[in-house]
Amino acid sequence: MNETMEQLRQEFQYDKTNQCVQCGYCLPVCPTYRSMGKETHSPRGRINLVKMVGEGRITDLSVLEEPLNLCLGCRACETACPTGVEYGSILESARAALVKRKSFSFPVRLVRKTMFKKVFPSKNVMNFTGHAFWLYEKTGVQKLMRKSKLLHKLPHHLGEFEAIMPKAASPKQRAHSYSYVKAKGERKYTVAFFTGCIMDAMFYKINDLSIRLLAEVGCDVYVVGKQTCCGALHAHSGEIDDARELAKRNIIAFEEIEADYIVNNAGGCGAMLYEYAHLLKDEPEWKERASVFSAKSKDISQILISCGGVSDLKRKENERVTYQRSCHMTNVQKVTAEPVQLLKGIPGIQFVEMQEANMCCGSAGIYNMVNYDESMKILDEKMKHMKETKATVIITTNPGCLLQMKVGIERENLSSSVKALHLIEYLADAAGIK
Amino acid sequence: MLTANQIMEINRIIQIGRLLLDEHDRYSYSFDASFGTYLPDAVVQTKHVEELAKLVKFANQEGIPIYPRGQSTSLSGGPLPVQGGIVIDLSVMNDILDIDEEDLVAVVSPGVLTSAIHKAAEEKGLMYPPDPSSSHVSTIGGNMAENSGGPRGLKYGVTKDYVIGLEVITPEGEIIQTGGRTVKNVTGYDLTKLIVGSEGTLGIITKAILRLIPKPPATATLMAIFSNLVDAGRAISNILSSGILPSKMELMDQASIIAVENYQPMGLPRDAEAIILLELDGHPLALQDEIIQAEQLCYVVGASQVKIPKNDMEKEEIWRARKLVSPAIVRIKPTKISEDATVPRSKIPEMCERLQEIKRRYQVHLVLFGHAGDGNLHPNIICDKSDPEEMERVEKAVAEIFTAAVELGGTLSGEHGIGNMKAPFMEMELGAVGLDMMKRIKKAWDPNNIMNPGKIFPEPGQKLELK
Repeated sequence: MNETMEQLRQEFQYDKTNQCVQCGYCLPVCPTYRSMGKETHSPRGRINLVKMVGEGRITDLSVLEEPLNLCLGCRACETACPTGVEYGSILESARAALVKRKSFSFPVRLVRKTMFKKVFPSKNVMNFTGHAFWLYEKTGVQKLMRKSKLLHKLPHHLGEFEAIMPKAASPKQRAHSYSYVKAKGERKYTVAFFTGCIMDAMFYKINDLSIRLLAEVGCDVYVVGKQTCCGALHAHSGEIDDARELAKRNIIAFEEIEADYIVNNAGGCGAMLYEYAHLLKDEPEWKERASVFSAKSKDISQILISCGGVSDLKRKENERVTYQRSCHMTNVQKVTAEPVQLLKGIPGIQFVEMQEANMCCGSAGIYNMVNYDESMKILDEKMKHMKETKATVIITTNPGCLLQMKVGIERENLSSSVKALHLIEYLADAAGIK
Repeated sequence: MLTANQIMEINRIIQIGRLLLDEHDRYSYSFDASFGTYLPDAVVQTKHVEELAKLVKFANQEGIPIYPRGQSTSLSGGPLPVQGGIVIDLSVMNDILDIDEEDLVAVVSPGVLTSAIHKAAEEKGLMYPPDPSSSHVSTIGGNMAENSGGPRGLKYGVTKDYVIGLEVITPEGEIIQTGGRTVKNVTGYDLTKLIVGSEGTLGIITKAILRLIPKPPATATLMAIFSNLVDAGRAISNILSSGILPSKMELMDQASIIAVENYQPMGLPRDAEAIILLELDGHPLALQDEIIQAEQLCYVVGASQVKIPKNDMEKEEIWRARKLVSPAIVRIKPTKISEDATVPRSKIPEMCERLQEIKRRYQVHLVLFGHAGDGNLHPNIICDKSDPEEMERVEKAVAEIFTAAVELGGTLSGEHGIGNMKAPFMEMELGAVGLDMMKRIKKAWDPNNIMNPGKIFPEPGQKLELK
């Protein structure tokens, strides 16, 4: 065997593919296998393609591009897998190996570089984006755009996503960001809050509510200034080195505070933080620090529950509530019970599970923009089950899911009867926190 | 290889379905849950029976191999396109699932998942008993082709016992109906039973009529722990001859107990040589008596402990131990050779001894678990296919397992099928004439040998190859 073959095997983690016994237990839970209807878009199929590269049977690596790119990365297959195949890890390294070898056209390269290196990791740029959203809304440009139907001409169906943009926070509101909020009553934990890049830019309000809810239940909350994007979008797009770099920056930033927990409110980011230990396992000087970081990283629902839940919630009459789970929260962080427990603690609501509640909604980071048609097929299936519940409120625990649910509500013309909210918005409202 | 003209013609025939020719798609249909990768020339997916029949007719004219496939959970190589040609993905043919409460039958398309039939039947208080452990992934078409079993085989039999009618595309592209909606039917040869278990070598099943039975109202579970494997074997025989017919009777040997404990500790005794898990079903009052009787029978032959769960949660916990065996054993080494040699019930203790001897002689990691009640033990050899020296020993051990089963009056395969892996051993069980009679049937049905060629019947000089 020549060295390049050995190198390929290492890069694609060929060894890990041998854990797959091809039993097919992942097929029924894979959203893309179901929507696209072929093995090529199943976890077992994708693992096999990687295996074929490792065995030298597939030499044209471009053969792998479509199947790997069309994976949502929801990792439901890992939960279903009886033999513990590390699908996420195989996918990540295979994508990285492809990206490394691919020569993107100049514009694509430029966009990737700008987004991954300049936009998500930069607090200033993300802040600016937040301001820009606000300006767009306030100056009437939004109205004009909506009226002019120009939005329909935007690439990647951006027009449709524009329609569901959350209400932006003003620069004044943004400037008033916290660095420390004291616990109400007796302190139970000291926590450091992870703001996230997209959450912070687009869902500033939810972050604000999260911090205040944490204080409400008895946490001293610190917001560390130097924190950055979690790196999930990078890792999922094959930019693994960038992801590692961001992980290190976050580890350093959060080491400044002796917190009991590092708390986030976005399932996707949370999963990435949870996996820093895995991401940096081969770097001796970071391994231990990453493990400490990951062990401390928790979803906000876990902390709210371990503080005894949110008390004195006001009654919500006539609301049927369903919960669209964040795949990364379910399949990576394995946090499933707490959000439901919190919801059920709100007096008066009727909680209804939808069929196939664990199926991905098709949002998957930026999948819904890059693979719009496929994403919408998956979303439409989700909305079918959502409608069966006759719910008036859809609760989510991740920004991507939240936006996707909003798109779904628009597509189904349900905006007058159904709303999509982040769990925190709903809880805060019941707790009287505005 | 398909010629450009052939591809053009196939494209013309497949109007409703789709034809997949890309390399990534073809590789995605090149494997199953057994061994080997065989690249097909094309993959066809269609829900339309007439269209598929036309394709088969064309393939028959041109001598193109046809490989019917469900969801490829096969452990014997059933759907592997060993000679290239066209894979027919029948998992897409899944539109019909009708339960007829009056006739007590289900009418199904081949791509319907077996678990979907379970669910639909149960919603009407009925039951479709065959329950292979892959039933939430496997299609009923695949189950029929391989004549799948499962833990309930002991009391309820296997797939063929519930298939009473079929629609089949013959290898010459004709569509025929066999059997019907009645349990009794002796009109002519029983082609239904011939097709079920023929592993896709005699045609493509495009619709089936399945017999259903009323669902038993209750179940009871028992777990018995033995310090001696042979005692466990005697307990099995004693229970079965006492007038109790369990719906499931599963065995775990010491290697599986230890594997489970290492993987997810649940407090199983590592020093025990065997655990038996029992499920009874029927009227709740009858079960109360029977489960105590079974408990006593286990103690009589020397069980060290018998547990009877008090509620559903405890019940689930007990069955979890059995479910964990498969995932637990692959943690030891990556390759799992899952055999399903089956012996008459009375020979279970002897088969257990023979297996232990094979394990010692070839120094292989053999784990024994499975459906003890019907003699369908699952000796699994855990190995590493990248180690050629080990695989050579494994090959010899596997061959000896087959020999042992046949010598004890049993069979090569209880429920996985022959496929390509076990083909070399066919003559040992059937004899030259027996095998030849089967070949003649194949020749009569499929004169051009296009339907799943390379399966069941060994090629001259074919040997078991795991390396």
